[in-house]
Amino acid sequence: MNYVQKALVAAAAIAAPVSAVAQEAGSLDEKVNAAFASVTGPFVNLIFAPFPGTSFPWIVMWLVVGATIFTLYFGFVQFRFFGHAIKLVKGDYSDPNDAGEVSHFQALTTALSGTVGLGNIAGVAVAIGIGGPGATFWMILAGLLGMASKFTECTLAVKYRNEYPDGTVSGGPMYYMKKGFAELGLPGGGFLAIMFSIFCILGALGGGNMFQANQAHAQIAGITGDYPGWITGVVFAVVVFAVIVGGIKKIAQVTEKVVPFMGILYVGASLIIILMNYDQIGAAFGAIFAGAFTGLGVAGGFVGALIQGFKRAAFSNEAGVGSAAIAHAAVRTKEPITEGFVSLLEPLIDTVVICTMTALVITISGQLIVNPETGLYVLNEAGTAIATVGNTSGVALTSAAFGSAISWFPYVLAIAVVLFAFSTMISWSYYGLKAWTYLFGEGKASELTFKMIFCVFIVIGAAASLGPVIYFSDAAIFAMAVVNIFALYFLMKLVRRELNNYTRRLKAGEIKAYVH
Amino acid sequence: MTTKLVVGLDGHASGEKALAYASRLARLIGDCELVVAYIVEWSPFSFQTAEENAQRHKRREKEIDTAMERVVNPAVKHVTDSGLKARGLVRHGDVSDTLIAISKAEGAEQIIVARTSEGGFAKRFFGSSTSNLVMSSTVPVTVVS
Repeated sequence: MNYVQKALVAAAAIAAPVSAVAQEAGSLDEKVNAAFASVTGPFVNLIFAPFPGTSFPWIVMWLVVGATIFTLYFGFVQFRFFGHAIKLVKGDYSDPNDAGEVSHFQALTTALSGTVGLGNIAGVAVAIGIGGPGATFWMILAGLLGMASKFTECTLAVKYRNEYPDGTVSGGPMYYMKKGFAELGLPGGGFLAIMFSIFCILGALGGGNMFQANQAHAQIAGITGDYPGWITGVVFAVVVFAVIVGGIKKIAQVTEKVVPFMGILYVGASLIIILMNYDQIGAAFGAIFAGAFTGLGVAGGFVGALIQGFKRAAFSNEAGVGSAAIAHAAVRTKEPITEGFVSLLEPLIDTVVICTMTALVITISGQLIVNPETGLYVLNEAGTAIATVGNTSGVALTSAAFGSAISWFPYVLAIAVVLFAFSTMISWSYYGLKAWTYLFGEGKASELTFKMIFCVFIVIGAAASLGPVIYFSDAAIFAMAVVNIFALYFLMKLVRRELNNYTRRLKAGEIKAYVH
Repeated sequence: MTTKLVVGLDGHASGEKALAYASRLARLIGDCELVVAYIVEWSPFSFQTAEENAQRHKRREKEIDTAMERVVNPAVKHVTDSGLKARGLVRHGDVSDTLIAISKAEGAEQIIVARTSEGGFAKRFFGSSTSNLVMSSTVPVTVVS
């Protein structure tokens, strides 16, 4: 077992108040948990294998190197076209005659509803609990670099999507892998598309489903008291079933409208807490910068902070993973690259803004125990994570941090977590379905099969304990990134061609804004 | 030069009142064309699910077809049968903003809408949409009661 896995085991262990419900809930939960852990173990070990002789997981390096290469290859596109991306989202370049089609704003917010969620609340807490506040620095850096990965994949997703005669669209990495490789005369595009689709289905069932159900249950149980996880799972499964199988769109539509406001409320509450403790902002940023390079006594030192920061950023904003590309592919635009520009705002909002808010609140709240003499963080008994007030971790740590400043906020947070979890599940059910139909063909029977499997995994996710679920969720999502980034290296020249062409026409005034 | 009047329809009885008034006005003017418009209320800043987005183009086409078939075409036929010139169109967007945009694009002299109706379009027109139209329009607006 490598360092990261040990650390995660410890995180799961100190998450006892959170996951105790699932762990103590009786034989059914225990059986589900044990069976799940044994089945997924080898896959998890492969994805998180460290470089020989180090504790550095190769997958983290894979993501960082990918994002850095895309950033350099496109000449820091995330900064050069930031202003243009904002104008596109505002609709300045939208043709009024296309009114009624999916707008850039809608594609962006739909993709965001799949990424903003537990990764921002629970994931950040896990990163800081294990890697210390310094993990935040690496998380922000990963977010900024990830903007270029997102730009690349979303441009391709729109360019190579399938448009059917009835007007519906299907797009995503599996489509650009197959069509893009064929366009370049390269072999293997079809194989990569199949691999990606398999991992996307696993990711949809893991991070997009089980992790969400698991943490939503933990939140509800934290308020109502212990009860078996499968009960939450069944309730969630029934509601999700009603939406994705029963076609009761009202539930999803209401959620889609409520979730953005919960997001704004979350950021608003974070800002209030940060401003209430304005005298500690300097110290918090000091801890973030100092911790980024020294670790401030955290197990694993700065490498531990770096690993956690990059990992949780990737898990949260999914840049390079390819999931959001499926959502962005639905936009109606004559210029695929415009959706790439818009999508680069996603890691910025998700990671650089929202995750940083969570990190600052946790750091400022005093939930992380510091040795007053040395100024270093005190580790827990196992020595693998920072000791916290009340031994909390994950979403419970975030909740405690908010609760220390606004006593009633944990209740709002609980509602937000449940809604975020639900919204993420709905988004990922669509991503998984697109991968499924890519493999098995479009059709009612095929779609229903996937949707039924998806609902069953909600129950499993709610019943299993945090450890195996978080391993599997991470592993499946990162496996998507392995295939996706590999394909992007070959296809990025197509994006650069689009970028150069668009930039030339923009400068020449051929692409005009409709709103001035 | 042909005078153009934009008539906002809502698919209800009150819309017919606006159309009747516009027809009367067109006869008085003489060389006049009615641009009969139905606006499907839509905002590019609403929140949608991924599945809704994937279906959006198909639904938009269906919305346009339905509005043309049920509201606009019968109205245009009614007007042309009476010997007047008329054209129909369906647009998506904010009701008042879109009617103003149509009036600008068509070079219309006036926009004619009904004040109240029941449900649907009425909710959109009742109150703020009508007020916005009256306040923001660059051409005269007649609100038929």
